[in-house]
Formats: sequence, C-alpha cells, structure tokens
Amino acid sequence: MVMPWALEMTLARPNVKNIVLVEGVRTPFLLSGTTYSDLMPHDLARAALQGLLHRTAIPKDVVDYIIYGTVIQEVKTSNVAREAALGAGFSDKIPSHTVTMACISSNQAMTSAVGLIAAGQCDAVVAGGVEFMSDVPIRHSRKMRKTMLSLNKAKTLGQRLSLLGSIRLAHLSPELPAVAEFSTSETMGHSADRLAAAFGVSRVEQDEFALRSHSLAKKAQDAGLLQDVISFKVPGRDIVSQDNGIRPSSMEQMAKLKPAFIKPHGTVTAANSSFLTDGASAVLIMSEEKALAMGYKPKAYLRDFVYVSQDPKDQLLLGPTYGTPKVLERAGLTMSDIDVFEFHEAFAGQIMANLKAMDSDWFAQTYMGRKSKVGTPPMDKFNLWGGSLSLGHPFGATGCRLVTTVAHRLQKEGGQYGLVAACAAGGQVSDTHPGGVFWLIVLLKNK
Amino acid sequence: MQEPLQQPRAFTKTGTHVNYEVKGDVAVVRINDPNSKVNTLSIQMQKELTDVMNEVWSNNAVQSAVLISTKPGCFIAGADINMIEGCKTAEEVTQLSQEGQNIFEKIEKSPKPIVAAINGSCLGAGLEFVIACQYRIATKSKKTVLGTPEVMLGLLPGAGGTQRLPKMVGLPSAFDMMLTGRNIRADKAKKMGLVHQLVDTLGPGLKSPEERTIEYLEEIAIECARGIVNKKIPLSKEKGMMQKLQDYIMSFEMVRNQIYKTVHGKVMKQSKGLYPAPLKIIECVKAGIEQGPIPGYLAESQNFGQLAKTTESHALIGLYHGQVTCKKNRFGAPQKEVKTLAILGAGLMGAGIAQVTVDKGVHTILKDTTVSGLARGEQQVFKGFNDKTKKRNITSFERDSILSNLTGQLDYSGFEKADMVIEAVFEDINIKHKVLKEIEAVIPPHCIFASNTSALPIKEIAAASKRPDKVIGMHYFSPVDKMQLLEIITTEQTSKDTTASAVAVGLKQGKVIIVVGDGPGFYTTRCLAPMLAEAVRVLQEGVDPKKLDALTTGFGFPVGAATLADEVGLDVAAHVAEDLGKAFGSRFGGGNVEVLKTMVDMGFKGRKSGKGCYVYQPGLKVRDVNPDIEEILEKYKMTPNPAVSSDSDVQYRLVSRFVNEAVLCLQEGILSSPVEGDIGAVFGLGFPPCLGGPFRFVDAFGADKLVEKMRRYEEVYGNQFTPCQLLLDHANDSSKKFHK
Repeated sequence: MVMPWALEMTLARPNVKNIVLVEGVRTPFLLSGTTYSDLMPHDLARAALQGLLHRTAIPKDVVDYIIYGTVIQEVKTSNVAREAALGAGFSDKIPSHTVTMACISSNQAMTSAVGLIAAGQCDAVVAGGVEFMSDVPIRHSRKMRKTMLSLNKAKTLGQRLSLLGSIRLAHLSPELPAVAEFSTSETMGHSADRLAAAFGVSRVEQDEFALRSHSLAKKAQDAGLLQDVISFKVPGRDIVSQDNGIRPSSMEQMAKLKPAFIKPHGTVTAANSSFLTDGASAVLIMSEEKALAMGYKPKAYLRDFVYVSQDPKDQLLLGPTYGTPKVLERAGLTMSDIDVFEFHEAFAGQIMANLKAMDSDWFAQTYMGRKSKVGTPPMDKFNLWGGSLSLGHPFGATGCRLVTTVAHRLQKEGGQYGLVAACAAGGQVSDTHPGGVFWLIVLLKNK
Repeated sequence: MQEPLQQPRAFTKTGTHVNYEVKGDVAVVRINDPNSKVNTLSIQMQKELTDVMNEVWSNNAVQSAVLISTKPGCFIAGADINMIEGCKTAEEVTQLSQEGQNIFEKIEKSPKPIVAAINGSCLGAGLEFVIACQYRIATKSKKTVLGTPEVMLGLLPGAGGTQRLPKMVGLPSAFDMMLTGRNIRADKAKKMGLVHQLVDTLGPGLKSPEERTIEYLEEIAIECARGIVNKKIPLSKEKGMMQKLQDYIMSFEMVRNQIYKTVHGKVMKQSKGLYPAPLKIIECVKAGIEQGPIPGYLAESQNFGQLAKTTESHALIGLYHGQVTCKKNRFGAPQKEVKTLAILGAGLMGAGIAQVTVDKGVHTILKDTTVSGLARGEQQVFKGFNDKTKKRNITSFERDSILSNLTGQLDYSGFEKADMVIEAVFEDINIKHKVLKEIEAVIPPHCIFASNTSALPIKEIAAASKRPDKVIGMHYFSPVDKMQLLEIITTEQTSKDTTASAVAVGLKQGKVIIVVGDGPGFYTTRCLAPMLAEAVRVLQEGVDPKKLDALTTGFGFPVGAATLADEVGLDVAAHVAEDLGKAFGSRFGGGNVEVLKTMVDMGFKGRKSGKGCYVYQPGLKVRDVNPDIEEILEKYKMTPNPAVSSDSDVQYRLVSRFVNEAVLCLQEGILSSPVEGDIGAVFGLGFPPCLGGPFRFVDAFGADKLVEKMRRYEEVYGNQFTPCQLLLDHANDSSKKFHK
C-alpha cells in the first residue's frame, strides 16, 4: 500500500507493517502510602486495563496478547499481567506475560508488542506497566529462610525442635529490597549526584528544572491536558482522578532542603528527585490495517526504537546522550525535525547532566566516537506537560505514560515527530536494577 | 558551587612546584612537582610552600586556604629520600627534621584555617603535613591512602607525626599506624577521625574523570574553608561515648604505662630487637605525652637523625630503591602483549599463578589432568577473591566478573590462542619434556613456554623444545598471592623478546622481578640449599628444631629454618638437596640427605602432610616438635665441635653459607647485579630485611670479618665454608663494596 504523503515514505520501512498506538491510559499517579496504600499491584494494573477497555470499547476477545512491565515484583502475583487481565474481564484465552527491565519495563512491554505485530504473530496487543511502592516484599534473612525450609522437610519432632532451637536473634532481622545497584552497590540517587557533579550541574540549576517540571505539570493538569488519566474508584476509598504529587514550590523553599544522598555537600535533594509512586498504565497497540478495519482513529505511528547500555557505575544515567543520535540516524532524521520531546525525569540533575553531555563536543569525541556534539533538544519542545519529577514515577508504568503523552502533545501542538527517551534510572530510594542502562526511543508520527 | 558575593580579586603566584590562586577570600594552594611522577616534600617543594604560605598569611584579602595537589593519584607521597640520604651526619638529619617540625607548627598555628584536600597517596611527611592542617577532606578513590610508612625504611615520622597522631586518633591507633606503616583507605581514615569529610570520585563528564574529580574536590574544599571561617563548620567534633570513655581510661598514667609496656613487648617479640625504629617511635610518643611537647619534639628530631644513620635504615632504604629498580622492565616492551595465559597444573602454585593473573584483564586458562585437581585449584582461586569480597576490597560483582576470565579445563582446547604457557607440573625432567612436546603441538608459533621449576635447569627442559628461544623459567614463590618475588631464568638461547614478555607478565601480576642466568637451582634455590644443608647438620648435632628456629629468627629471618623446611616441603627440600648435591658436589654437603629422605619415607613431608619437623593440627597455632624425628636424628647423630657451636657460631654457619653462595652467583654471572641478589634473597627467601640482603650484609659486616669466621668453620667442616674468590677480593680490599 502506497501512502499518499511523501515524507511518510521515508520512515515506513519496506516489508514491515505500520504499527500504531490506538489509545493510552493510566491511573492517577499517587505518592506511595496515600490512597492506594491498601491495594495490591494487580489491582492497579486491573484499573488501568479496565480504563483502556472503557476508552476503546474494544471487544474483550479481540486482543491477541497482553504484556505488563513491573520492577519490584509482588511474589504472590509474579505474572501480574495475567492476574490483572483476568480481573479486568479479558478473555481467559488471551496469553499474557510480565517483563522487567528496571524503569523501562513498560517500554519493554511496548516494544515486545511491536515485535509481535511486526513478526505477524499478533494484530492487537495491550501493553502496560505497574508499580506499587506502598508495599514491597520484605523477606526473612537468608539464614531464617534456610531454617524454615529445612523445617518443612524435618520428619521427627526432635529434628523440628533442634531446628527451632537453632534460630538466633540475628536470624530475625529482615531483608529489605535492594536499595542499590546490584553490581556497584551504589544507590540511584548517589549515582545521580555524582553524575551532576561530573558535569558541573549546580544545585540551583537542578532546583530550577524541578520547579519547571512542577509548574508545567500544574498548568497541564489545570488545563485538562492530561487526558490519559482515568478516574479510579479505589475499593473502600474515594474516587481518585488526579495525580497528587504535583507541588509547585518556590526556589527559596527548595533551597532549604538538605542533600538526600551525598552529605553534606551533595546537590540532589528530595525536591529535585522523582518520588516513590504507585500507579499503572496501559496502551493498545495494533497493526494499522487492523485498527483501520475496526474503525479506530490511531493516535500515532510507533516507528522505531533502540536500546543502548553503558557502564553501570559512571555512565548509569547517561543513556539519552547515547540513544538519541542513534535512533535519529536510524530514522534519517535530525534533532531539528523533532517537534515533541518527552524525556523521563528520574532526577533533575540527571536530565541537566544529559543536556550538558549532549551539548559537549569533548564528550561526543572522547566517549561516543562522534565528530561533534549531539545537540540539545530546545526547551520549548521539552516535557511541556511536566514529567516524572512532578507527575510521579511508578517505575514499571512510566514508559507508557511517556509514549501516550507524546501522542497527545503531537495532536495538541500540531507537530509531526516526537521522541521519547526513558532511562533505567531508579526512584528515590528503592529499586532493583539489572545492571547497565537501557534507552528506548520511540518515534511517533502524528496521524 | 556557590560563587562568593564579592568580586574575586585575580591574584595568582606561580612557582615551579607550588602556585596559588585567590578565589574570593580563599587561597587555593596547588602543588605539583613537574619533574617526578609523585610529589615529595623536597627542598624545593618546602621552600616554595613556605614562600606561598607566608604570602597567604600576609594577604589581607585571604581568610582561609585550601591545599591541594593537581597531580593525578598523588597528594604527597612522603619526604624526599634522597634529601635524607644526602645528609652526612645524624645532626644534619636532625636539622632537617626540626625544619619540618617548624613549618608544620606554623601550619598548625595558622590564624587562617587551612583545608587539606587529599586525592591520591598521602604518606609520610605528606600525612604529617595534613594532620597539621585544620581540616581534611579526602576522595574515596582507591588511590587515596593515608599512612606513615617511615618505619619500613627504618625511620620514624620526623616532622611532628609522633606528636600529633596520638592526639588525633588515640594512642592504640597511632601506634598501629606508625609501627606497621600500613596504608589506610579513605573510608577507614574517616572512621578513625583522620579525615573530616569524604568526597566521591566522578565519572566521565565535561572533562576527564581524574581532572574533574580534583576540581570537584577543590570546589568542596573551598566551600568548606568558607564554612569554617563563617563558623558554620565546627573544627572540634563532639566526641562520641566511646571516645570519651577511651579518653577517660587513657587519662590514667598506669593505663598508659601498661600500653607502652604491651606495645614494647610486642615489638620486641616480633622484631627480636633487631629493628631500632619501632622502639624509637614508642620512645618519642611517650616523651610527648608524658613530658610535654618540648621534650617530645626534641626526642622526635634527635631520634630521627640517629635512625637515619643506622645500618638498618640504610639496609631498608636500599631495599626500597632495589624494589623500585626491580619493578621496571629493563628489556623493553615485548612485541606482543600476553592476552591469553595458559597454566598447566592446578596445584598450589598453578592456581596461585592463576589468581594473580586473572584480575589483570588477562584471559587465564587453568589446565589440570584430573577433575578433582582442577576443582581444588579453581576453588583456591575463587577463595582468594571471595576473601577480598569479605574484606570489602572488591564487590561480589567484581569478583564474578574477574572470575569470568578464568577457564578451567582438562584438555588443550583454546591453547591455539595462548600467548604464553606456564607449566607448574611435577618436578621431574621427563614429565616436563612430555608436557613441553604436547604443548608445542598445539600452541601458536609466537607463544612462550615458561617453566615454574624451582631447581631444574631451563637448558635441560629446553633441550626437548623445537623453539628454545621461546623457553624461559618463571620461578614463583609459594604462596604466590603473598610472596612478591618472581625469579625469571634465561638461558643463552632465550630471546630478548621472550624475556621482555615474561617480565611484562610478572610486572602485571604485581611482582618484584629478578632476572638471573640458568644453572642448577638458579639463584634463590641455590642460596637456600646450603643453608638448609647446614640446618640439617645443626639438627644432627643435637640442636632441637625449636632452638634452630629461635636462632634463625633471632638473626632476623622472618621464618625459622626448621619451619621454613616444613613450609617448602621436606620432599621438595630432599629432592633439591640431592639434585644440587650432584651438581655442585661436596660444597653442598653438611647435613646428611638421608635424614630428609627418611623423614619423607615416614610421611613427614612438612606442613602439607600434617607432620614434618613439627606436628600441625588444624586450628591450633601452638605446635609441638614431631616426637618421631628424634629417633631419626638419633640415628644420624653427629658430635658437635664446641669450637664452632656457640649460638652465634651456629647463626653465622647458616648465614655465611647462604651469603657465600650468593656472592658466588654474582661471580659466576648467574646474577647480573648485587641489587637483584639482595632483592631476591629478601623477597623470595626471607633473608633478614634489616640486613638488606646478602650483599649489603657483606658491605656492612665487612667481607674480611666474614671470611675470618668462614676460615674458622672451614677448619672443622672443610670446603663447605671455603669463601669464593669474589668474597676474598672484597676481604682483601676494604674499599671494594657491592653497593656504592
């Protein structure tokens, strides 16, 4: 099928189906420990799926596959995709699986969906992500677990008693989910602070960026631009229909905070980092043919993506700088062709460091083997409706929010191309990382 | 970083070693010796520092100062040793010490707070400098270490260190630091109260990581200096409960005296009184605490002067210089870097070699013939790194990624990619030949074949080779990960590039290297053999192993002769004694080889078999003499000659045979220099470090006096004590010295 507009041809690849984003929704993103605190992860995921069903009115048996991303797994619902899908009323004939790839878990869910459609396996796939930080699995210590497991196998009362007798006070201290990168034992915040220092990002610059994020998010929320948010009647609680982490403050207020990770001279604080968040998201991805046949009006094409990874110690959060030029080159575009940028904001310092890296010829030549700098995205196209710093960052769910936001902004702002960058950076306190850094960039063409 | 409110006055002063720049109201003093890889407190450096500091103090615009080194990886590595060596008398050295004390006193009393910003090694006088400053910030870099290594050079911290350190970290920690000389990492230094604040190292940014880290450190130090002036950062830290308690206990003279006594006792036990420096350190600390600063500082400078002129200090400084020499590759860069190293035999040695190789980015193949042997060897390597993980030197992730470079196998697969093969199989020439032929069938033409033999001549091993120019000896010492020495043996056919490559690999493994000529026992084994033969004779003459050990350790050997034989393995010792006996004849006689052979036949192979001269029980540190050997010794009993059997004579009988053989090795050209001879003997065989090695010992003791003693023993025992020609030459001409 030949497309009528010429530019489209340059991005469409021969023998690959056009793949489109039909719809994207998310639950309100709430600070951990607030209204969602008594739920379980699959409850949130189910709410997002029901929201998607409601928005699209897609028949429950048309979907071919469901994929969910999550980071901190609830052990009772390790395949949270399946539990949520069944609960949301999807046909039990639809296979589902769960993926994990740190903070880009739902990006991985989406690109897996794209892969399934491109390979001709499926025509309609639901992808999403969920993170629930109000409750995380805290384990018994290894010694205690070992004793308890041996206890199961103990045959006689004597054996059981002697095992019980072997329990010491130290056995009882619990094991919290890793707060650090497994390979380097460094927390994400610590890494971000070092990165900011390496690029000479000042505290003031970080606070200003955080303030910008909150102010823009507030404006977008007030203007009703965050259409991807669905209302959710929380069991036993009220209906929630707004993110609750958006808090525009003042530079003076922010300046009062002490550094959160590197004391006393660090620059990353609670105010310029993303906060621990509960939330879920979901998108419907289809082949263009199928979407049009079903009478949908797709929001955007999902054109291309690339994953990159770097040294987990010193370049953990530098993915955007490496990934952006790569995906642009693949698509034959330049920075100036992009109308809408959505970058995941793990830390203000991390965003600012990346912007400085992208603006540095020295960095490009020394570490990237390029002749000249990547170039920075213009700020008047950058995260105009807030970002993870203000809207919140449920690790597994952020990717879908970014992609949906790009689609909505392209529609609203009338642009042609959008670019998403999401790095596997953790939240404020607790996250587990597979090591390395992964970047996903999706190019969207306004439909 | 916040910029100061007032406009900074551009004010800089530049010297060759020290310059300073005023940033707002903070003077940033930067040091960098342009002529050396490390900064030392040389005369030039001291002079420029004094000038700059005087300006800082007189400049009214300056409120505080930051002291920082712009040299990557080094703050100040210590005083300039050449400066101390250059002094002719103890008085001159004392004068140097007093000058240092004066400079640092001014620093300590500075009306403007001085913040020391430390990145890289901060040792000796460098440490004494920073502890005189008002505040210390250090980077968490692995290269940042603090310490007082003077004791290892037979000296003491002579610029106020013995006086300030106890006040700063408490008496026990101060003694520990000054008496062991060990390096302290930044995180530990923070815990001890040696530094106030730590700064992270930075990764890639808009500048190179190292450069930006130093800049970042400077920025933080400047803020800190301002904070101190504004009273936002207190200089005196609120003491914790433990600290208060410790201070209280230490306030009793009785407790302090007990500490001095205990420390003194420990030092005497470990050093046998052969090292004056540790005792002087205790004396200086005691003088400062018990009598006050004036006698304290005086004791420090005078003792420093005296120590610098002791033979022990000369010996230790000689070893230091020798070590530096033996850490260089005098054969140049090899044509091809070794990227894959294969090791044959996963025994104690083979696995040890693997352990020191695999973490240097070299793909290491460990091959054995049996699954059980291989498993034992791989476990040894794993344990080595796992222990480092437990001590938090490396993370478990680093451990795993290091071990990913190790391949354990039973066949020769992958040998076609090997750049070097080191064999550590059983010491039997036929087995070595068999292995060599098998290997040469599978390795590429450029691959080097190295033998880790301790006595078999390399020439004989190379006789079976198709390419003898690629055959070399690499003699490691057990335990490989602890012993610093590597003895490389070249034959006449070994090519220069092969030698260069072997040295390069050894240096990468962190070894101190001597390169010696080929011959039975090479250098180290050849020196040790006559001494062990003498030790066996001593045992046969009725001296019990414990007494023998006491005599040898009393002379300064870190390990007694009987214990050493057990450690080496009595089977190995018997084997070597027999081989070298055949090669060198009666000169290597003395004790009866049958004594060792009988012991081996009875299963007494030393520590590895649980019994040797001693009985070893797992978990027990105290060990008894093996009762069964009395019978053997009784059987081979010899009657001692009272004329040469005093304790001192026994010591000199043991040592003179060692030394004579070493000198003979130089005479025969096995050794290319006395320096290598000294380094090999001290680092490989435990020759007393306080004597500086056999050659320095001859220089200091006097060749004539040694020859005189040997002649006396020669009369009783014969040619085993005949001095070699080179030793005689030195005895006849007292102006001849091995070390200038």
